[in-house]
Amino acid sequence: MIPAAFDYYAPTSVDEALALLREHDDAKVLAGGQSLMPVLRLRLAAPEVIVDLGRIEALRGIRDDGEALVIGAMTPHSVVQADPSIAEHAKLISLAAAAIGDPQVRHRGTFGGSLAHADPAADLPAVVVALDAEMVIQGPDGRRTVGAADFFEGVFTTTLSEDELLVEIRVPKYTGWGAHYEKFSRVAQQWPIVAVAAAVRLDGGTIAEARVGLSNMGSIPIRATAVEQALVGQPATAEAVRAAAARAADGTSPPTDLNGDAEYRRHLASVLTRRAVLSAAGAG
Amino acid sequence: MTTTQERPAAEVGNPRRRKEDARLITGRTRWTDNVVLPGMLHLAMVRSPFAHARITGIDTEAARSSSGVVAVLTGADLAEEQGGLPFAWTATPEQKAPAHPSIAVDTVNFAAEIVAVVVARSAAEANDAADLVDVDYEELPAALDLKAAAADEVLAHPDLGTNVSARFNFDSAEAGTGGDVDAAIAAARDGGIVIEREYRQQRLIPAFMEPRSIVADPTGEQLTVWSSTQVPHFVKIFIALVLGIPEHKIRVIAPDVGGGFGGKLQFTPEEVLTVIAARRTGKPCKYSETRSESLQAAHHGRDQWQKLTLAADRDGTVRGLKVELLANMGAYLGLVSAGIPILGAFMYNGIYKFPAYRLTCTNVFTNKTWTDAYRGAGRPEATFAVERLMDELAAEVGVDPLEIRERNWIKHEEFPFTTVSGMHYDSGNYEAATAKAKGLFGYDDLRAEQQRRRESGDPVQLGIGISTYTEMCGLAPSRWLGSMGYVGGGWEHASIRMLPTGKVEVITGTSPHGQGHETAWSQIVADRLGVPFEDVEVLHGDTQVSARGLDTYGSRSLAIGGMAVLAAADKVIEKAKPIAAQLLEANADDLEYTGGRFGVRGTEAGMSLAELAFAVFQGHKLDGGAERSLDADATLEPDDFSFPHGTHLCAAEVDTETGAVTIRSYVSVDDVGNVINPVIVEGQVHGGVAQGIGQALFEEAVHDESGTLVTGSFDAYLVAAAPDLPSFVTARTETPATTNQLGVKGVGEAGTIASTPAVVNAVVDAVRHLGVSDVEMPCTPYRVWKALQEGAKS
Amino acid sequence: MSRITVKVDGGGYTDDVEPRTLLVHYLREQLGKTGTVVGCDTGNCGACTVLLDGRSVKSCSMFAVQADGHEITTIEGLATDGQLHPMQQAFHENHALQCGYCTPGMIMQSIDLLADNPDPTDDEVRLGLEGNLCRCTGYQNIVRAVRAAAAAGGAR
Repeated sequence: MIPAAFDYYAPTSVDEALALLREHDDAKVLAGGQSLMPVLRLRLAAPEVIVDLGRIEALRGIRDDGEALVIGAMTPHSVVQADPSIAEHAKLISLAAAAIGDPQVRHRGTFGGSLAHADPAADLPAVVVALDAEMVIQGPDGRRTVGAADFFEGVFTTTLSEDELLVEIRVPKYTGWGAHYEKFSRVAQQWPIVAVAAAVRLDGGTIAEARVGLSNMGSIPIRATAVEQALVGQPATAEAVRAAAARAADGTSPPTDLNGDAEYRRHLASVLTRRAVLSAAGAG
Repeated sequence: MTTTQERPAAEVGNPRRRKEDARLITGRTRWTDNVVLPGMLHLAMVRSPFAHARITGIDTEAARSSSGVVAVLTGADLAEEQGGLPFAWTATPEQKAPAHPSIAVDTVNFAAEIVAVVVARSAAEANDAADLVDVDYEELPAALDLKAAAADEVLAHPDLGTNVSARFNFDSAEAGTGGDVDAAIAAARDGGIVIEREYRQQRLIPAFMEPRSIVADPTGEQLTVWSSTQVPHFVKIFIALVLGIPEHKIRVIAPDVGGGFGGKLQFTPEEVLTVIAARRTGKPCKYSETRSESLQAAHHGRDQWQKLTLAADRDGTVRGLKVELLANMGAYLGLVSAGIPILGAFMYNGIYKFPAYRLTCTNVFTNKTWTDAYRGAGRPEATFAVERLMDELAAEVGVDPLEIRERNWIKHEEFPFTTVSGMHYDSGNYEAATAKAKGLFGYDDLRAEQQRRRESGDPVQLGIGISTYTEMCGLAPSRWLGSMGYVGGGWEHASIRMLPTGKVEVITGTSPHGQGHETAWSQIVADRLGVPFEDVEVLHGDTQVSARGLDTYGSRSLAIGGMAVLAAADKVIEKAKPIAAQLLEANADDLEYTGGRFGVRGTEAGMSLAELAFAVFQGHKLDGGAERSLDADATLEPDDFSFPHGTHLCAAEVDTETGAVTIRSYVSVDDVGNVINPVIVEGQVHGGVAQGIGQALFEEAVHDESGTLVTGSFDAYLVAAAPDLPSFVTARTETPATTNQLGVKGVGEAGTIASTPAVVNAVVDAVRHLGVSDVEMPCTPYRVWKALQEGAKS
Repeated sequence: MSRITVKVDGGGYTDDVEPRTLLVHYLREQLGKTGTVVGCDTGNCGACTVLLDGRSVKSCSMFAVQADGHEITTIEGLATDGQLHPMQQAFHENHALQCGYCTPGMIMQSIDLLADNPDPTDDEVRLGLEGNLCRCTGYQNIVRAVRAAAAAGGAR
């Protein structure tokens, strides 16, 4: 319950934070801490240095730069969840943010922190992958931008190197799209067994475009492209969506654990995808 | 038939809000972990990661030289001093049990067993040093699977030569309480119905919200121990017996205790080691476990396999029940581990008139955390078995499961009734509780909806689950406990102190940890003595104040402890009467005591209890021979158990696409006899039902193949949160117990005992037409889905 | 050691803390605010919930150093002039506690819940309390209490 001792730094700028990361080999970034704190309390990790991003004001906030919404990495989930511009242009993010953890966790946990942690069962990674968000990374040589699909590399691993920080996330606008986040768990507080993030653009009664992301169906969040393609041009009806959703688990290798084996997860993926897409299309 | 007294007007039955709340809602609480004493040292435990291993070496040097460390103790250091942890239940005279050290000396027998103790100035330093203790283990084969262990495939304790601790039998033919079950089964095989099932009672973790904590203070002449325990009186005796500290030099305090549910009915290794550390260092020592430690090392519950054979006529009249039980003790015998299945053994016939019954129970050791009391303790397992079987029988006969129950249950006019297991049911009215429950539930409408959904092939199917349960409460007559191999008694003690200002101190031997005894006992005393509720203070949980007592578990507190309080109050009045007669210059026979006052019949003259208390305090006017005290003690020995009962109905929706189960409505009608405080009773039912639902749907202690608990945190051991549970509709019928003067029965465990089978019956009922006749607990979506896949194949 | 200045339940404190000291341990051990308790080590139970600048947080899930410059309200800071907070009163009136161990966190989270939603439905209350575990009550009376507090203007 008591973490091992560490040196603590709370930089007030990104440059200062990056300098600290360069300076210290065994440093962990604290970005809200709702995943890191349990790890420290249980002493599953005992870093020598903690660099807390909590006092870098520049990393907080949501802005609309015209083409995209730009979410500061240290914006708490509770702020994301309640933000009107996100609700208007990227409803899927509002819905998934509201499903994270519990209210207390959403007050402290941050958008970028959750993504950088890269838990395969987390809520947000599948959403940013589905929405083709861009991850803006700052390192010693300045900024680089990576597509969400290329950001996640494995369980708890991303393209971020030790001396880099995820500073903001650019989300293209999905104005007018329907969205639904379908999270399936045994109890409210549990990580999802499988979750499906879906956004669709309707043209009349026809699905013109679709985005579907899957959580906990592999070591990284998965974009269900086969489903997306199958949905385009289809009517938003139960039968049509069912047929498309049957392909949700194509190419996935989901985990087996106490809550279900791979076969069950594949089955869930198609059921939940159907439900998510239908709800997103307003036909749920 | 009943000797129940008239219901007093004022307090008993009143939905008083609790006295306890004032401190609990403002944070002015007295948890053990709050205790801070000058010079206090802190303990951290080093625990085994292996389920079964030989300790080949412990290097404590780095830990000893770590900052702030005062001592590092290992099993080798304490081999003699630590004594052995006791068990208080001997299931059979031949029972085998391994020595149970508080700290492992040469082998560890379950994962999380303590192998070293660090004592340091601060908790942080103790934790830091604990990380530096280097233990070498040689892993041994571990007995983990209960059935394999029962067959002695791998021995948990090779020196015992077997994993079988005891085999306990009850046979109604031998006991003279019924017929021969084998004959009944043979007869049923020839033209009747024989239902054979195997049910698993998964391992559960009590998961009280306050982790256990101990402070031992050796300062002064006496050892003072604060412990987050249900049983301070037990702890005092066992510290004396195990550590050789004279009993009169020990004071144990259970201050505010944050839940127990049987999980704190124990004398623990951590208590022993904290006392030893205090004795060795001469300083107050504190140990507070983490949640992870608590889930792994505090005793677990349930963990049984039940093999059941029910014989019935074609019309569903039950002819006999045979129960073959395997009970997982885990690595050691705790205080009442061996007795848990025995507490269930007499309840497998439930509310029914079975003519023949036999139970055989094998208590088996494995290399897992030991099991012991958890809410219901043996009775939920028994009730689950019989209530699931009644549903299976109904399906076989093709009638409504309520009808099959009614065909077999004891009619209300048949009480008192001696069951096939020899228990004397004093009272009950199963018809009334069931009728009320059906009405509140809307039973017929739900059955009609169920039919519609079946016919339309709705992906969400509806199931109705029934549990018409009874249980034995009020542990227990001492003679019965003794006959069953329990070392302790079942009495309870209370004292009443009349203070000079007329205020009343009630001292109870019960040790509440959420049950509201301070409120309920005040109500009993306020009525009996005719004093204001506010003028009564209930003291408990400190052996220096409450010198005698047997604490709180087994739904015994009200039926026994509350009755002891009542008896003490009666003694106060008895004692006061001659003094009042003397002071009023009246004949004692002419006095009557009402409303807190002795009045002389036919006159205005009288004296209040408060006035008497002050007169006794002064002592001026009393006769020379009169004792200058109105205080009274009472020790109450119960005549028998009490038997609450009720009918619980659960409507559950099963999403056949995902396997998800949602409880749509839940109705309980409980008959707990007379009620002291309906608000508290309702709260007990809510919490009990929630825990029973937890067993049905969410909770399971799971170990991996190496014996490590994989559900060792609240991330994985799923305690339901608010969104996971429905609102319950609760109601009562009141059939007073005839075995105690208050007519009360006990309510602490009823909800837990009743609800688990109600929920599982609902799940199975929802999908029985899809080929499913059982889902193993907890009924996770995955398990339900798999059962549906299997059902579709068959 | 790091020096922090915080306001807790109306009182100002400046203290030296080890960076690793959890906020809950600082409250309990350095300030003696033992009303706030620890129920788990994974952030699930919510027993340690306090308000940080008016919003609920689990005080086991932040370091005391992170509270530097902030204002904290614990269960001990709710009653004013001997008057219980409406939420405390509602928990008492509705028998929303038994052992009382989860109660401080449950009350603090319930207050946060009403700050967001002054008139919640039963389901909204349940969802709003998903991060707080209670083993005694089955939650029913807690839900009842929160709604009663809402009706009594508990969102103050």
